[in-house]
Amino acid sequence: MTTHAERDAEAAAPRSLPPRRKKKTGFAAKYNKREAIAGYLFIAPWVIGFLVFTLGAMIYSLVISFSNYNLARNTATPVGFANYERLFEDPKVALALGNTLVYALMAVPLEVAFALFLAMLLARVGKGAGFFRTVYYLPKMTPTVATASVFLLLLNGNTGAINRGLSVIGIEGPQWLVDPAWVKPSIVLMTLWTVSGTMVIFLAALKNVPRDLYEVASLDGAGPVRQFFTITVPMISSAIFFNVIVLTIAAFQIFDQAYLLFWRDQSNSSPESSLFYAVYLFQQAFRQFNFGFAAAMAWLLFMIIMLITFIQMKFGNRFVYYEGDDR
Amino acid sequence: MSVTESSSEALKLRGQVIGEQAVTGPPPRQNLPSRKPDRWYKPKSVIGKIFLWIGLIGFSLLFMYPFVWLLAASLKPRGQVFDNALWPRTLVPENYVEVWNQLPLISWMFNSIAIALLAATAVAVSSSVVAFGFAYFKFPARNLLFGLVLATMMLPGAVTMLPQYLIWKELGLIGTWAPLWGANLFGSAFYIFLQRQFFLGLPRELFEAARIDGASYWGLFRRIAMPLSIPSFIIVFVFEFQASWNNLQAALIYLNAGSVEGFTAPLGIAYAMTKYSPTAGGQGDYQYVMVASLLITIPMLLIFAFGQRYFIEGVATQGRKG
Repeated sequence: MTTHAERDAEAAAPRSLPPRRKKKTGFAAKYNKREAIAGYLFIAPWVIGFLVFTLGAMIYSLVISFSNYNLARNTATPVGFANYERLFEDPKVALALGNTLVYALMAVPLEVAFALFLAMLLARVGKGAGFFRTVYYLPKMTPTVATASVFLLLLNGNTGAINRGLSVIGIEGPQWLVDPAWVKPSIVLMTLWTVSGTMVIFLAALKNVPRDLYEVASLDGAGPVRQFFTITVPMISSAIFFNVIVLTIAAFQIFDQAYLLFWRDQSNSSPESSLFYAVYLFQQAFRQFNFGFAAAMAWLLFMIIMLITFIQMKFGNRFVYYEGDDR
Repeated sequence: MSVTESSSEALKLRGQVIGEQAVTGPPPRQNLPSRKPDRWYKPKSVIGKIFLWIGLIGFSLLFMYPFVWLLAASLKPRGQVFDNALWPRTLVPENYVEVWNQLPLISWMFNSIAIALLAATAVAVSSSVVAFGFAYFKFPARNLLFGLVLATMMLPGAVTMLPQYLIWKELGLIGTWAPLWGANLFGSAFYIFLQRQFFLGLPRELFEAARIDGASYWGLFRRIAMPLSIPSFIIVFVFEFQASWNNLQAALIYLNAGSVEGFTAPLGIAYAMTKYSPTAGGQGDYQYVMVASLLITIPMLLIFAFGQRYFIEGVATQGRKG
């Protein structure tokens, strides 16, 4: 308040003193011109890339989505909202969207729970944690094609190792890759095997929880379950929140695993329950060359992801605890 | 004081800056004792310890099992690849010789390595330059632009995939390596974020001193910031190298129409999976797919063996964006 008052007083005071050195105003007061120019030059690569490969590309894609651009025939005429109307008419769009949604609902909670469980195991080892962390992280380093090629064997309904393992404990395993009901769990299983990236984020968060909180809680008689829900979960809530958002965005774009296990071979028919949104988009764009329709599909996906992320953020901010709350 | 002197002084600071602040954890707060001694939650009871170790070892076996299976299947003869015996009844190490005749694995590996090196170098250098621009300089709209950088991290790749294809097509570069790494010359949001965090952790006096000694802005970056940021530079490099090595979709879009020799390793193996799959003509020679899969995994395991802490730190940093 005083600064305002002072400024007002200064402005009101008659300037009878000899003229001072010219006061810097606006840009000159805040920035050094040479430094600002240098700063812009340093960030220029990103600005150019953004204008061409992000903003330009998005505008281009929006324009295409209102045309019947076909790459093979190289024709494009504006068609208004026809591609967007087709999104609602094409039953495969709804099918692919439903498959993707179901997959995300299965995969994201399981990934978060499994990764957190593993992180809590690792957080309890002193020496040797590095060794186990390495072992758990190796699947993440494995290229997805290699993972898929070996899971194709492991998931084989008749001879695969997974069903053989299940038969040991008396369960007759399903036809993972053939039975439409088990297609998504197959992919979830593969994703869970490579969950260690999420685990490392949880581990870093767990290490930052002050130990004395647990000591106080156990003195007050809180058991391990109670401590988990009243201390661990709130204290690492920002990591949980981050992982949920990132994994959801990834789940909505699942492509590689589904392509490799089911859609790689075009001569073969695959269960419809394995047709994920990104796979159908890819087929429309790069197999049928319907770029206009594919662009509309991409925009629908974009809207859905933005909407879900927005909802998650809205809900998330209610329970996320930020350390020191100074951000 | 010359520039080299001041940077060697900073080198002494390096351990602290990197260890505590920029990469591994949040900035240390004043007036708080170090938390290091009690960073781990050790189980107190014996039963707790037993369960812990059973869990740890059990999951290790689960995570390792597919690797063992991969190795075993790569040593099986044609007729046994799809059988359910873990260990082959007859060992066929010749698979590892024959695979080079069966598949153009050498050119796939070469293409993948070259593209990954280009992609990783390009993105590490460009992101570093841009990050320094955001970290050191003051200019109008800086925070707004940096917000935009962060916002692009949330953008699903599917939206820009199609128009980017058309851009490369306009440039006549479909079927070349350019689309698989060219966009990396312009920096990448997460890496810019990561490098910027690192640069913000460097003491500003270092740069002021060099300025007084007459260093140019580029000199500040080239002679102080870059040498000091080698650890975060390596994180970016290994991350992008792995991402590029693993990238199937881009290869599928840009290289699939070309010759088989021009494929990258992931695209090549996807092709081999179809060629040798049991559905395409009975019991195919799937053991070659296994050998090739194992061979393209080994470089990643080696990189991880040497750069493990960079990977772990890089991943852990992702969690602190939010």
